[in-house]
Amino acid sequence: MAQVERPLSPHLQVYKPQLTSVLSILHRITGVGLGVGTLLLAWWLVSAAYGPDHFEVSQAFIASWFGRLLLFGFTYSLFYHLCNGIRHLFWDAGWGFELKAAYSSGWLVVIASIGLTVASWIAGYASGGAL
Amino acid sequence: MSHRTPAGRVHGLGSAQHGVDHWWGQRLTALALVPLVIWFCISLVGLVGADHATFTKWLSTPGRAVTMLLLILATFYHMKLGLQVVIEDYVHSRGWNITLLVLNSFACVLLGTASAFAVIKVALGG
Repeated sequence: MAQVERPLSPHLQVYKPQLTSVLSILHRITGVGLGVGTLLLAWWLVSAAYGPDHFEVSQAFIASWFGRLLLFGFTYSLFYHLCNGIRHLFWDAGWGFELKAAYSSGWLVVIASIGLTVASWIAGYASGGAL
Repeated sequence: MSHRTPAGRVHGLGSAQHGVDHWWGQRLTALALVPLVIWFCISLVGLVGADHATFTKWLSTPGRAVTMLLLILATFYHMKLGLQVVIEDYVHSRGWNITLLVLNSFACVLLGTASAFAVIKVALGG
């Protein structure tokens, strides 16, 4: 039987990005990013188990500009994945499937994830550490 | 209306023979992670710039240590399930697919075990 070149859907090159589809792929991207970020979490915890000298090294890395950049990305990814994950749980329960509701909850996730990230960094700096 | 018999439903684990275990596990850990992640973020903010002694003291109460262990367990299980789906969806070469799925499982168990051991060691006083 001849191999038929079937059309694949959707053609991302000609498909207009929509809030719903962008947020959907962002859920996966942040998920993978958080997976990579757990390396930092594991290193941080293990360094604490090794003692003060090792802990100082991981703390200094996190406090560096590159460490802060990673941590900022990690925080945003975490809050985005958390907010959009809750949106998914509501969908799993059968709520919010109407187009209008999907867009409203989508914008809510965008605003909440940015708001929570900014709030946590303000709180972090205000609570007064070197980080 | 379903035309399947009750026995058919019970035995219907699908072509992969895994039933809804993966789907359900992902949701269950997601639900558990909602309060755990919020607790973790608030705690981290309070620990900003903490030295080793402060961190060790903070983690050594049973409540915090157990909550950290639950967070680690749920996080790495959720991560294993999530990354598995991403690999299954995007890596089409059979060899790479299997290799990455195995590496994913090993990496999640390794990172989870190391993190959990670290928490237990610190909590029990170094």
